[in-house]
Order: sequence, then C-alpha cells, then structure tokens
Amino acid sequence: MTNSIGEIPSSEAFLVIGSNTTENHPVIGSMIKHEVIHRGKKLVVADPRRIELARIADVYLPIRPGTNVAILNGFMHVILKEGLYDKAYIDERCEGFEALIPVLEKYTPEHVAGICGLANPDDIVKAARILAAAKPMALYYSMGITQFISGVNGVKSTANLQMMLGNVGKTGGGVNPLRGQNNVQGACDMGALSALLPAYQPVIVPANREKFEKAWGMCGCSLPEKPGLTIIEMMNAAARGDLKAMYVMGENPVVSDPNTEHVIEAMEKLDLLIVQDIFLTETARLAHVVLPSCAFLEKEGTVTNTERRVQFMNKVVTPPGDARDDWWITQQLARRMGLQWNYTRAEEVFEEIRTVTPSYAGITWKRARETKVQWPCPAVDHPGTPTLHKEKFARGKGLFTAIEYTPPAEVVDREYPLTLTTGRILEHFHTGTMSRNSRILDELVPHGFIEMSRADAAALDLVDGEMVAVSSRRGSIRIRLRISPRPTPNVVFIPFHFFEAAANRLTIDALDPTCKIPEYKVCACRVEKLVAGDGGAAC
Amino acid sequence: MNESIRLTVDGRVVSGQKGQTILEVARNAGLDIPTLCHHPRISRTGACRICLVRVNGTALKTACTEPAADGMNVVSEDAELASVRRSILEMLLAEGHHNCLFCDANGDCEFQDLCHRYGIEEPRQPLPGRRRTTDTTSSKGLRRNEDRCVLCGRCVKACGEVQMLGVWDFTGRGDRTELTADCGGPVGESSCALCGTCAQLCPTGALTLQPVNGTAPTWETRKQTSVCIYCGVGCQIDFHTDSKGRLLYANGNENGPNNGHLCVKGRFGFDFVQHPERIRTPLVRRDGKLVEASWEEALDYAAARLSEIKAANGPDSIAGLASAKVTNEENYLFQKFMRTGVGTNNVDHCARL
Ligand code: SF4
Ligand code: SF4
Ligand code: FES
Repeated sequence: MTNSIGEIPSSEAFLVIGSNTTENHPVIGSMIKHEVIHRGKKLVVADPRRIELARIADVYLPIRPGTNVAILNGFMHVILKEGLYDKAYIDERCEGFEALIPVLEKYTPEHVAGICGLANPDDIVKAARILAAAKPMALYYSMGITQFISGVNGVKSTANLQMMLGNVGKTGGGVNPLRGQNNVQGACDMGALSALLPAYQPVIVPANREKFEKAWGMCGCSLPEKPGLTIIEMMNAAARGDLKAMYVMGENPVVSDPNTEHVIEAMEKLDLLIVQDIFLTETARLAHVVLPSCAFLEKEGTVTNTERRVQFMNKVVTPPGDARDDWWITQQLARRMGLQWNYTRAEEVFEEIRTVTPSYAGITWKRARETKVQWPCPAVDHPGTPTLHKEKFARGKGLFTAIEYTPPAEVVDREYPLTLTTGRILEHFHTGTMSRNSRILDELVPHGFIEMSRADAAALDLVDGEMVAVSSRRGSIRIRLRISPRPTPNVVFIPFHFFEAAANRLTIDALDPTCKIPEYKVCACRVEKLVAGDGGAAC
Repeated sequence: MNESIRLTVDGRVVSGQKGQTILEVARNAGLDIPTLCHHPRISRTGACRICLVRVNGTALKTACTEPAADGMNVVSEDAELASVRRSILEMLLAEGHHNCLFCDANGDCEFQDLCHRYGIEEPRQPLPGRRRTTDTTSSKGLRRNEDRCVLCGRCVKACGEVQMLGVWDFTGRGDRTELTADCGGPVGESSCALCGTCAQLCPTGALTLQPVNGTAPTWETRKQTSVCIYCGVGCQIDFHTDSKGRLLYANGNENGPNNGHLCVKGRFGFDFVQHPERIRTPLVRRDGKLVEASWEEALDYAAARLSEIKAANGPDSIAGLASAKVTNEENYLFQKFMRTGVGTNNVDHCARL
C-alpha cells in the first residue's frame, strides 16, 4: 500500500476494484464500511460478483472478469472529457500524461460498457464523477487486479487514475494493493524473488551484486547474475526435466498453483524434493525429504504487513516433537553445503538484514519489538513512512503509462460457455493447510463449492446443494453447487482452498508477460449435471 | 483546531483538549473513574451511570459522555456517588443471575471487579428476576448467557460500529429489555460473521467465545502477543494459553493496525498449531515410503543430494520456494542460501498466487 490502514478515516471516497475486502481482508473491509455507513463517505465497487461491499456502494459495476483495464480507462475517459483531473498536480509531479490522452479517446462509456458487460453506460459516468469529486479518494485492490495476463497493466491503470486525480502522496488517498498473506510483503522485501535481491535491488545490476558479494563475505566467489525462474516457470522447467531439485519451505504448490495435474507431474519428475513444513501437505507427500518446522506461534521474528509495517511476533507456545525454526533448518543445510553460517538467534539475522536493506536500515531489533515502524525507514532516528510519494515520487516524477485493454487468454465458447473465476472465502485461507486444520473454521465450511447465479442454475436444471461436474480444458472436478445472488450470469466462482475439489485443476497457467502472475481469475469452463450413479463421493 | 483546556479533578489540575469527555481527560491524567458501559473503541453510550461524577459542586454527570470544559471542577467519588454506584450494581446483580462459578468470565469480569470494589454482597432486596436467553450451542463461535447481561450495549455497538454487521440489538423495555440477534432467532442462524468482537467487548460473561481447544480458569492463563498468520492486514493478536501451554483463545490487540478487531480466521483459526497431525520428526523417503529419520540423517541426505545434483547439472538445476508465511529473517536466509550456497537465482514464493 502506498498509504496506511490508519488513514482510512481520512479518505472521502473509496474505489474498491478486484478486492472482496470484507472476506479477504475483513478488518480493513469493516473499516471501509464504517466510513461509508456512519460517516457518509462515497464508495464505488467494480467486481464480477455482488460482494458485500457492493450492497452499500453508491455505484456498483458488475464488470466481466478480466476487464479491469477497460473500466479504469472508462473512468479516465470521463474524467478527461469533463475536465475533472488535477491539472496542477499532473503538471508539477507527473510526466507522460500526453501519451495517455489519445489512448483514452476510444474508451467511451458505451464502448467500455460493451467490453465489461454493463447494462448502463451512465453508471460509468456517475462513478467517475463521484471518484473525481471526493478528495482524497483511496483506491483499494487485490488479486482481482493482478491475477490476469494483463495484471501488470491493471496495476499501472490504477496508478494512472490516482495520479490523474492527484490522489497519490496524499493522506487518505493512494493506490492500495491489499496483500493476501501475513508476510508476503516481507518475503518480497527480503529478496525471495528470482530477479531481485533484498530491497528490490535487481540482481542483474553488477553494482548490486558487488555490494552483496562484499556484505556476504563471498571472498572471490560471485553471485549468479542471470535472473532465476519464477514459480510457474520452475514447474515448467521441472516438467521438461531441466530442473532436477527443489527446496520448498512452507508452500504447497500442488494446491496453490494453477493447472494441478501439470504441477504434480512436474514435481514427480524431480530427482530431489525437499519440503519444509508444519504438516504433511499435498506437496510434502511427494517429497524425498520432509523437514518439520515451527508454526508461527512457536517462533519469534518480524513480519511486514500490507502497509509496510514491520511487526514483531513473540513465541507463544513450544513446538511439537523435533520441529525447528525455519532459519535453523536453512542454516543447517547451508553449513553442510560449505557456508560458514553461525547465527544463533533470529535477532542476529535481522541485524544483518538492516545492513543490506536500505528501507529497513533504521529499524533495529529493539525498535521492531517496541514499536511498529513502516518502511522506508533509512535511519534509526527516522520515524518511518506511513504515506509513500509524499513530496515527490520515488522515481522523481510519477509516470503515466498508456494502456490498452486486452482480453483474457481464454474466452468462452460453445464447449466451455461459462467464465470461471477463483478466490478465497472468509472462513478459509489459501491451500487450507492452516484453516482446514483449525476445528471451528473447518466446521464452518467443510466443503468446497461452486457459486452460480440462479438463472444459470435454472438453465442447467440444477438445484442448490447438488453435486455437479465442472470441467475446463485442463481438468475436471466434482463439487457442490451453491446458488447465490452474488455472481453475475455466465460467471461462476470456486474458492481454491479445497484440494478434493480443487479449483486449480481447472485454472489456466497463462502468465502475465512481465511479472509472470498466472491468470487465476478467469478461464472458460463448463458445468454439468452428474448422471445418476455418478454420485457425490468426491467431496 | 485543538483548543486546550484545564480543569480540576479531585483537586488536581489536569489539562485536555476541547471535545474530550471528562472521562478521557481524567484517564489520560492517570485518574481512575469507574465505568461499565464505556469502551474506547465504540461511540459514547452513557447507559449504566456507573461513571457519575460531581461537576462544580452540584450536578451529577456521566463522565463518559459529558464534555470536559475549561475551569470545570470535578469530584470523581464521594459518599453520595459511591452509594449511587452501589445501588446500580445491586440492581444489576439482582436482576440477572450471576453464578460466577459457572461463568467463563470469572476472574476477568468488569462487573465482578466493580462489585468487589464497592463491597456488594447479596442484594438487599431481591428483584423479581426473570430468566433470559441462554444459547451456548447454536453458534460455532459465540456463547450467550443473557442472565449475565448488564445491558451496557457494548455488543450492539461492537457489531454495529466495528464489525459493521449490526447483528445485535435490544428489544423490549424496562426489566423486559433483552438482546436479539438479527430479528430474533438463535445467533447461530443470524448474519453473524463470527468476528468475536462483541464477546471481546462484553464486560461480563454474557457473551463469550466458544472454546477452540479447551478452557482454563482465567487466572491461570497467560497472554502473549503475536501477529495473525492469515491475510496481510497483520492484525495483532493476544493469544491466551493455559499452564500447560495449550492455546485457548485469542483477542484482538488494540495497539495493532487492527485496533483490537479481528476476523473469524484470526479469532478462531489458530488451533492448527497444536493439531495432532503436525509433523514431529524429519522424514526421508526409503523404498518409496516416507520414514522417520533423525535431523542428522535428514539434513546430511538432503545436503549431499543437493551437492551431487549441483555438481552434475549446475546450480540452475536447483530451485527454491520461500514462503509468505514465515518471518523476514527466514526468508532472507533462504534466498541468501539459494544464491550463495546453491548459487542460483531460482528463488521465488507465492506472492503472485
Ligand atoms: S461475532 Fe462479530 S459479527 Fe457476530 S454478532 Fe458479534 S460482533 Fe457481530
Ligand atoms: S484477523 Fe483476519 S483481517 Fe486480521 S490479519 Fe488475520 S485474517 Fe487478516
Ligand atoms: S460508563 Fe458512563 S454511563 Fe456507563
């Protein structure tokens, strides 16, 4: 997030696009609802499903999955035509606006309504006016923007809109991606990325490598310079036989990655699979070596939340059996492979992180324990940074990028006539390793389901609660039907937490060309009635 | 904008800001005024009148709602105020059915504390007590025993102002007043999202959380703060454990980005940590089966195989997946290991998934 959770009361309006906030980031969802209901703030929601926030929105736009760029361009078209943009801000703080103008030309409300499947083009105009009138307006998004082959374009479009309205660098404004996992921000900050060293320093830049070679005392040896493989590329390389070994710490790609069949096939081909986890997950079952690690309440250390806040986790309970801290296990492997590591506590690792991660430089272990600083925090006397790009953009000027709408990789056809979108539900999390092993959460929602509109269900002669077959070009699953007022007709939704009815047997592994994110949020599928005797045993 | 004011509370000059209540100014100055319906996370209520104070020698005002004013003279307790408080407490005690022995909140109850503080024993005159709703089973997250309800309305506001679902409301009047979930019916069938905030804010044992993993007397539990493992909001959570280290229940920590609020996952989704199926020893595959091994065996084997594969096929034939569920320190060491120990940039995690 460019801004902070604590700034939500300062926002005059919210645009929530591609985020089912009240289920996936519920505490933030409630805070936004509070502002809208008790303090009369404006809310525009764009989402293929009539999510909870849609019910209280001033304008709700039920857009087709994969049409975010179009709707955002549509808002900007109206804002441009009606002269509602922040000219002074654009002149002073941004560049590249001229290049955007001609591209926006054709995104008229009518054209955009056509792409997005909206009945009423005037809703786009109405929404754009609301968003432009309220200052500051905060934009919130999540995987509903990024998990597309046009994910990077979607992200850039959100920035275009917010710069055009002068909302970046303002308290209560900003472009606010909601991070889906407790430490996904920190894992990125720490360089658990194939092309980036800690603090997003590209590995391809020789000066960066030199700096780390020195800091890590590599005496003569050099860091690999070629950016590595991303998660989906790893699976493909393994399937081809190019990748021979994988070391997996606390991940469950068999359930979390798209196109499950392909992932299992790839993993089975490996000569060595090391899995370090707290449970014998679907992935761990395929491993050659399984290393038991501590769960979050069994260790101390820092994690960084969606607003870049570095928070301290205390050790609450003792681990079972012989389970060990993840850092301890990694160190043991490192020492056996010739590294002279001698960390005795997480604190020592954190103090080293500070020296190579400029955005964390001012956060000492002690400070992390006592306060909750937001990075960038370059020095020990620096208070941290609640709002990014305040005086100027990190790169100097805010850069507009002209973006065209491109359709998703797979469109519906006669054979696969429905659009499948995937995501999470309130009660469960990711691959279910944690939430489905928690008694109350498991009892609340024990099974997977497919959510479908009443109209679609009627057309297929299906009733609520019956088991149905869902297939895509990649695979097929059996799953319980849930008729719901939320999806728009021709769109169905499956949460991906349930391995026995795994959404990712259906999803497509098409990737965004730049950031390699898979297109989880849209593929074509078909739903069929199960014939008698075909039973509902699958889940 | 902020106009500062000075007033006297119990003979001490204290300062505050215009717009603050007497209670806020007094508490900031470290002075104690008893309250029951007040809670800093919800709007001002003024329902219980426990916080009555004497203003400028005569008027009795509820400190939790009365704006502090410059030059005010406040007395937080005298004989009359104490006796008013006592009779309120006695009435509440007589009206309900407070059997502390069976109460989840015993030892951690604001009402019990006040009764101790004001030396309340058996109510002097019994009131025509009326049993209200008890429902400890319909909801997977909440237990309700309204015989312990003091009608403070905190739960109503917790749901209506914090969680924003408005499940609870009062119905009826006078001694017939009681809570209702949605428009009647058991709370387990209401629109409740099981955030547990109403139970966290309930000052008594009228609304409590369903036990996740067992219970223990409140005075035997320990509390330690950590961060929720689920989404990226990073709610801070106070986890309570019993003397054997068993995880019991979780409350939102008010100093976190969540201001004390939680969702159902943070509130109830932690017992996986103590699940019997946790892996307890390293496992190594032998003859196609995963069998238990010592750390030495497992690590030696893993490292030897990694080294062999690296020697035979080069470092880029090896890849590592770090994790968005472990700490910064662990992710940092993991990528450092892949880059320096293995010698590849093939390191990623599920940021995109
Ligand atoms: S648990 Fe949460 S949602 Fe349910 S009634 Fe209480 S405050 Fe409302
Ligand atoms: S309690 Fe809920 S909202 Fe808070 S971090 Fe956990 S999952 Fe997210
Ligand atoms: S605490 Fe002030 S009226 Fe209840």
